[in-house]
Amino acid sequence: MSKERKMAVTIPREELMSPGHLACQGCGAALAMRLALKALGQKTIVCIPACCWAVIDGPFPYSSLDIPIYHCAFETAASSASGVRAGLDMVGDRETAVLAWAGDGGTFDIGLQALSGAAERNDDIIYTCYDNEAYMNTGIQRSSATPLGAWTTTTPVKHYKKERKKDIIGIMAAHAIPYIATASVAYPEDMVKKFKKAREIKGTKFIHVFAPCPAGWKSRPEDTIKLARLAVQTGYFPLYEIENGEKWTLNLKLKERKPIAEYLKLQGRFRHLKEEEINWIQQEVDANYERVLKKCGL
Amino acid sequence: MRKVIMGNHALSYGAMLSRAQVIAAYPITPQTQVVELLSEMCADGILNAKFIKVESEHSAMAACLGASLAGARTFTATSAQGLALMHEMLHWAAGGRMPVVMGNINRALAPGWSIWTDQNDSLSERDTGWIQFYCSSNQEVLDTVIQAYKVSEKLMIPSMIILDAFALSHTYEVVEIPEQEKVDAYLPPFNPPFRLTPEDPHAFGGLTSPDHYMELRYKLQKDMEKVPDLVEETGREYEKMFGRYLGQVEEYLCADAELVFVTSGTAGYTARVAVDELREKGLKVGNLRIKLFRPFPFKKVREILTRVPKVAVLDRNLSYGHHGIFYQEVKSALYGQPNQPVIFGFVAGLGGRDITRESFKEIADYALKHDRAEEEIVWIGVKK
Repeated sequence: MSKERKMAVTIPREELMSPGHLACQGCGAALAMRLALKALGQKTIVCIPACCWAVIDGPFPYSSLDIPIYHCAFETAASSASGVRAGLDMVGDRETAVLAWAGDGGTFDIGLQALSGAAERNDDIIYTCYDNEAYMNTGIQRSSATPLGAWTTTTPVKHYKKERKKDIIGIMAAHAIPYIATASVAYPEDMVKKFKKAREIKGTKFIHVFAPCPAGWKSRPEDTIKLARLAVQTGYFPLYEIENGEKWTLNLKLKERKPIAEYLKLQGRFRHLKEEEINWIQQEVDANYERVLKKCGL
Repeated sequence: MRKVIMGNHALSYGAMLSRAQVIAAYPITPQTQVVELLSEMCADGILNAKFIKVESEHSAMAACLGASLAGARTFTATSAQGLALMHEMLHWAAGGRMPVVMGNINRALAPGWSIWTDQNDSLSERDTGWIQFYCSSNQEVLDTVIQAYKVSEKLMIPSMIILDAFALSHTYEVVEIPEQEKVDAYLPPFNPPFRLTPEDPHAFGGLTSPDHYMELRYKLQKDMEKVPDLVEETGREYEKMFGRYLGQVEEYLCADAELVFVTSGTAGYTARVAVDELREKGLKVGNLRIKLFRPFPFKKVREILTRVPKVAVLDRNLSYGHHGIFYQEVKSALYGQPNQPVIFGFVAGLGGRDITRESFKEIADYALKHDRAEEEIVWIGVKK
């Protein structure tokens, strides 16, 4: 008789997201929500500002999530969540987790002030930024999360994005909140673990989720996981945690990093880049990765 | 208990007695004392509430809305630039049917920087779907906060309690502070029909197609139309319990008047004194102070003003390129009514310039001497 091999399933079976949602094929953000809710459970309230998820959930009177949703104003994911938390506390519900779920525009740009306010007050919320690196819901305009070299409709090929991606983790780390993590839809076990951990910590939690967008990145829907994995394997989006702004931990150590060109070539938004420009980007990635390693004491 | 308190503290006491549960606010002159006292009350445990010290007025209102949707009674206060920054969220509050009660201190908008009173800040928010009460005494401010919660929570429409910068916000008056037990008997705890709870998950405010949006706004309007009667009913109930009637308007010697001033805020208080003095000189004048501005108290205004030949509307505000805003509203309410009076529009007191008894004498003089206004706007006290 052959020995039965069993693999432990660390991702909860419970589904809080139903089919019938309105996400595009291969949407990283849809998968991110599904995984986050598996980790957080039904006793969760989510505040969703203007972003792809304002649409993905489904139009009134439908909803694809089996948890309460507050569709809030663009710049108010954090302040709305702070209010919901305070309201719940006052009506005696201290068990339900409050999740703010915003895109990169709602986090890096228009919602940054409210996020900074909530973080400074250390309000007890889990703030998640699902980062697809541009204003995808409005049709692929650049945000301050759009990477160097990328095409968007407001950074056309002749004037592709010349500025670096804003260091949102650095900004959040400067607030010394109890918990910060990066997560990727290509590493679901890691992601679920981080959301579960965040739920147990009091104070402001910030989770930065890398969420590929085939429509905006001009990539194939079937490459979403591949791209998310390459982003980690190239060191473009390392997986790490920061506790209390000080304790940095690298969750996935790479023996060897893949060249960034492998990641870039699968995306139409980088098609215009010449070798020299790809080299600049490689240097940027190297520098950022080294910085993270250093912070993690490696 | 009687206390000598400033108008701003009348707002704080109103929120305290109403047992506000979540307060989110950002400081702005001349509102600061409202939230300073409330934060003290929270810290001392006199008021069992969470005070969220947000980083902007926009976040203040956003936090109030989140808390309201979670089922908590919420309060905030602001003024001028702060109210303007909140604008987006004011629509959110009314459109989402979240019954926040907010104090707004009427302050002129910059530039140039002004901290003094006029009404353009709150009147710029006229069409956001909020109930608006313009007060003229500290007692009225305190009482109206309590009444506003009752009205707002019954109809799920937010309320703004408005008072003039300095003329009321920083003026000390004797105020009767009602007993907590009596307020509790008047105002039951907030118990909204829908709320954010995992026990009954709903999505609030999602994408709404043209098939549904209009009905949501139709319902808001239909409920707005119920406000005047509800103000009357809750105002009478308040009178029974506390001895002070809280109405939509305050009528003063209008019955036999040849000329009625239409006023609001503290100017309405000054107008009453001016009416007494003008009456001593034999001039038959009266004053109609509009307290409830949104929804507009059509019935009361028509009832009172179609009995008089002349009406002089005083505006401490202006819709640039048109008229004073109360003037527009009064004209609109009286248009086509039988016995429509002659209506004059006066603008005075912008940016905190004083409106005095003399101003009303000037207004009366003009209105009584003219059969109709010679100008679109008759300016009072302006250096032309």
